[in-house]
Amino acid sequence: MLRGFSLEIAAGDTLALVGRSGAGKSTILKLINRLLVPDSGEVIVESRPTPAWDRFELRRRAGYVMQEVGLFPHLTIGENIATVPRLLGWDDARVDRRVTELLELVGLDPKDYAGRRPDQLSGGQRQRVGVARALAADPPILLMDEPFGALDPVTRAEIHREFRRIQEHVRKTVVLVTHDMAEAFALATHVGVLADGVLAVVGEPASVARSNDARVRPLLEPLIEATAVLGPRP
Amino acid sequence: MSLFQFWRTHTNEFFTLLGQHVLLVCASTLVAIAVGVPVGVLAARRPRIGAPIVWLANVVQTIPSLAMFGFLLPLPFIGGLGARVAIFVLILYALLPIVRTTTAGLRSIDRVLIEAGTAMGMTPGQLMRRVELPLALPSIVAGIRVAAVIGVGTATIAAAVGAGGLGEYIFRGLSMVDSTVILAGAIPSALLALTIDGALTLVERGLKDFRGAHRRRLRAAAALMILLVAATAGVLAVSARRSNGVIRIGSKNFTEQIILGEIVAQTIESRTGLRVERRLNLGGTFICDRAVRSGDIDAYVEYTGTAQTAIFHQPVDTDSRRVFEAVKARYAAGGLTLLDPLGFENTFAMLIRGDDASRLGVRNLSQAAAFAPSWRAGFGYEFLERQDGYPGLARTYGLHFARPPTAMDLSLIYRALAERQVDLIAGDATSGLIDAYGFTMLEDDRHYFPPYDAAVVARSSVLLARPEVKNALAGLSGHISVADMRRMNRAVDADHRDAADVAREFLRRDR
Repeated sequence: MLRGFSLEIAAGDTLALVGRSGAGKSTILKLINRLLVPDSGEVIVESRPTPAWDRFELRRRAGYVMQEVGLFPHLTIGENIATVPRLLGWDDARVDRRVTELLELVGLDPKDYAGRRPDQLSGGQRQRVGVARALAADPPILLMDEPFGALDPVTRAEIHREFRRIQEHVRKTVVLVTHDMAEAFALATHVGVLADGVLAVVGEPASVARSNDARVRPLLEPLIEATAVLGPRP
Repeated sequence: MSLFQFWRTHTNEFFTLLGQHVLLVCASTLVAIAVGVPVGVLAARRPRIGAPIVWLANVVQTIPSLAMFGFLLPLPFIGGLGARVAIFVLILYALLPIVRTTTAGLRSIDRVLIEAGTAMGMTPGQLMRRVELPLALPSIVAGIRVAAVIGVGTATIAAAVGAGGLGEYIFRGLSMVDSTVILAGAIPSALLALTIDGALTLVERGLKDFRGAHRRRLRAAAALMILLVAATAGVLAVSARRSNGVIRIGSKNFTEQIILGEIVAQTIESRTGLRVERRLNLGGTFICDRAVRSGDIDAYVEYTGTAQTAIFHQPVDTDSRRVFEAVKARYAAGGLTLLDPLGFENTFAMLIRGDDASRLGVRNLSQAAAFAPSWRAGFGYEFLERQDGYPGLARTYGLHFARPPTAMDLSLIYRALAERQVDLIAGDATSGLIDAYGFTMLEDDRHYFPPYDAAVVARSSVLLARPEVKNALAGLSGHISVADMRRMNRAVDADHRDAADVAREFLRRDR
């Protein structure tokens, strides 16, 4: 799946992995939280190879956000957010405080939303709860698998702003998977482009945008077309 | 007697039976949940182990319940008469729906949720408790509902092995040919099924709101459940322990047997002062024989010819003294004592309607053979199979009927003849319904049937340990005539009197 691959992510960076479907983006996320183990080579998280980690402990230190969100329908929003703190055995008061804090952080009124069911929320609201749930136990790492892919463009733009604001506060090491270069530029400090299991380019957004690599250009095309229609910014 | 009158005069008994019925269903369903849910989880997790289990549960479900009781009766520990074997059978039937719905509920969970839970660092156990089981719960409860409703129905059959419950009334009503008594058991059991179904539907609906409830409440519910199962197990363990100093009397499931069971029971009660437990109305010769051999009952009344052919599988013999001695010897070898005959014989009676008999001038079986090709016959299950039953009879007299004989329950057979659904039946010579319906008994002019002298079979060990029981029972020998028996049968079958009262009256007069 992934070949000849070497990638380093500094603490506090937001790395966006961009590529077409099937390029192996999600596989990287699953290698980081040991949902998968590499056939050869090593994945080192916080200076420890993943097989050396207790896999449950490792996963609790890496918040996970997915496109389908995956909120548990039998639990309230508050209980969903409390999942990992509960696994870690936090007491009720601490859990309640944390849930309130996180709902405020993602811009949902705790009094109104904590007791609701996932099916009473819009897609955008559910996605925010998904982010809050991933952040609940204050993990140093955040893994996001096409987190905003299912949202309409306006909501997405809104949530992008939200994400940047949150990241200002929490400074996590984020690995974000997307097929949308615009999203990568909007959110990431570093962008990597994946094609057929190979890392084609990795660097700061500005350098990736200037790349002439044949595997990168097609991903930039939609942006260039949009810019052409809109014209250069004043 | 009207239905309400019946309930009014049997209030205490009714509530005891209803209680037994509810206990049977609850106990078996709870155990089935405790076993079925983990098995369902296993089946969902490991299809290779799970598939054969589900297959086995499927096979079990196809075994008719009465046959299942027959299989299990002779087994140690779970077998025997009473609630234990009944609950075991009910558990087996309740397992399939619960296992199935647990597996289906778990399999239908969105993969995304499993992935989310795993990625958040849940261990497989946490995933099961916090995500999979809560999400499968509505499906599981639906399965429990089905299991409980099936249980209410199947529990009525449990009366055949002496487990009590509302089936008592159904079997009693069938053997008395009294639809009021049948309804007295059937209606409440149907209502019970509806009630349980309704209550669990509410639980199912309530779960939708309860699902997110606090873990402590869930834990309390789980604890309550375990407590209930433990309590049930306790009750069973206590009830399984055989009480000493009690004599248990059994009987087969037709009127005469129930009256005889009462006569034997009341005789022991009044002459020895020992406590007697009645396990009357057991489902047939096979079950009674198993029960007396295993010690589930201490005595019942058997017929010599039946013992000779149906129990010991010996060729038919027509000499009554020889048959008695042969059977007594065989019983003795099995630790049982056949006491001297009670004084009457209950042979098979080939019966036709009185008007047919006078119109055609038929008095015996040889004459009947000429008309048989235009008749339909109805026989009990035993009669169709027994060595001294239909096949030999047909050979002896050259009987051929319009159609192969219909197999019918003994309790329905007289009515079927009276209502012209059949034209010839095999009944009991002592049946009170023969006179009541004006049937004619065809003479066995070629002496096909062996003698059927009624006599008490008892466990030798009990008679040795308690000679007073032996003396009391010996006092019955030669005291019941065919006329007595017919009169008593008629009092119960045609006049709908209580078998215990009829027995009491007889004993009072006899003394």
